[in-house]
Amino acid sequence: MGKFMEAWNNYLLQGIIDTSYMVGLSTLFAVAIGFILAIILIITDKNGLRPNKLIYRILDFIINVLRSFPFIILILALLPVTRFIVGKSIGNTAAIVPLTIGTAPFVARVIESSLKEVDKGIIEAAKSFGARDMQILFQVMIKESIPSIIRGITLVIISVIGYSAMAGAIGAKGLGYVAISIGYQRFDDQLILYTVIILVILVQLIQLIGDTLYKKLK
Amino acid sequence: MIKVTKLEKYFSKEHILKSIDLQINEGEIFGLVGSSGAGKSTLLRCLNGLEAYDSGSIEIMGKEVKNLKNKELREFRKDLGMIFQNFSLLERKNVYENIALPLQVWGYKKDQIKMRVEKLLKIVHLEDKVFSRPKELSGGQKQRVAIARALALEPRVLLCDEATSALDPNTTKSILTLLREINENLGITIVIVTHQMEVVKDVCSRAAVLDNGQVAASGKVEDIFLRQPKSLKKLLSEEEILPKEGVNIKLFFPKDYSGDSIITSMARELDMNFSIVWGKLEKFRDDILGSLVINIKDEEKEKVCNYLSKKDIGWEVVIDG
Repeated sequence: MGKFMEAWNNYLLQGIIDTSYMVGLSTLFAVAIGFILAIILIITDKNGLRPNKLIYRILDFIINVLRSFPFIILILALLPVTRFIVGKSIGNTAAIVPLTIGTAPFVARVIESSLKEVDKGIIEAAKSFGARDMQILFQVMIKESIPSIIRGITLVIISVIGYSAMAGAIGAKGLGYVAISIGYQRFDDQLILYTVIILVILVQLIQLIGDTLYKKLK
Repeated sequence: MIKVTKLEKYFSKEHILKSIDLQINEGEIFGLVGSSGAGKSTLLRCLNGLEAYDSGSIEIMGKEVKNLKNKELREFRKDLGMIFQNFSLLERKNVYENIALPLQVWGYKKDQIKMRVEKLLKIVHLEDKVFSRPKELSGGQKQRVAIARALALEPRVLLCDEATSALDPNTTKSILTLLREINENLGITIVIVTHQMEVVKDVCSRAAVLDNGQVAASGKVEDIFLRQPKSLKKLLSEEEILPKEGVNIKLFFPKDYSGDSIITSMARELDMNFSIVWGKLEKFRDDILGSLVINIKDEEKEKVCNYLSKKDIGWEVVIDG
């Protein structure tokens, strides 16, 4: 127990804070961007409210390209962008840029598929009483798919936690860094075990919160 | 009220509606029947502009539907409520919120909405379910909510797309009763699309049979059913099994005639025998109508035909096949 408390005070608590900082902010930005992308996708889809092949195809292509990058490569490829946005290319804050850009397309797909699940009949009904496109989008489609979107975002947060471990490559701290750079490279097996246990608890907790919210909102 | 002329509609290369001509009068309940794929739902969706049509015209309350754009179209749709087979309610809103949605969309004030929703709940007999979610309701109750929602903006026409197809027979009856109440008490014209013959017989005053994108028959429901055009026979999938020998004559009994003893008096007056080989009685809205097929010898055909012609009753010689 003494060993754990020592690890907790030296590395783990700070790791949790760093991870939460990176994951929290990048999820927030990624959801904001992804939401907008999803809305554009769903509106311009061939069965959407305002079909537009060109816009849909371009956006669809960009999202697929971004999603096919291995995350570690994306981090390196985005270094100049990161430097431009946050003024430096190393550290926790710098990691938020590639995390956001890497996650936003994923969020876009998750929310797009949630919005697509909305029963076509409900949309038709809304049209039949003369709702405007924006009203259909916000008061019907998004309103109906909130539980499903929440479930999607839960999935997103958990995968961002995974990604954030790789952000150690550009000097970001966090639990991933603790496990790799301190635990693994200093042959401290116990520290690795502690980090893994904390990550397991963290993921379980997030899933639990997500599931509870889903049930409550459904 | 609704006038459809020479309406044509294609889905890519498929010809869905072929030169449809229809006239639906104010205040009536009009049925559109046909088997699945006959184009009846597509036709209904053309009426409120959910589907576009390629040529021909749909004129509703003096407006040509295809000329309506954006705001005009949305305003126009206020006059045409619509209900669906799968109810199409918002699962995350309760009964009150579902009914209130069209009113919110059109910017009604909170207290106006409250008054209107309460009135609508009374019309559809669901005052005790105000705060229930759709998933807590039965199919029939869900359709009542959908009807209330469709009536929220005080439309002049109610379009029903297979509105009873997902319901059991008793629930269907109660929904049809409600539709008739609405038609009679509020004077709303109702267009019902269905493949269920009982529905048409129960509530419609006039109907059109759609077959393969064409109007196969249209007119008064009792006429259509008694005279049964081929397309309808196909739909009813019932066949009359008639003797091959002699002549089969089908008699139609209109509502003011069913009581009279035409068969027995004919037998007496012409002093002949014939066998009754097929017949049925059916209820249409509030009337009972029937048809009867008699079989006679070839040589008696003329006598019988002359007699029937004098009697002012509908009849026809049934041709085999």
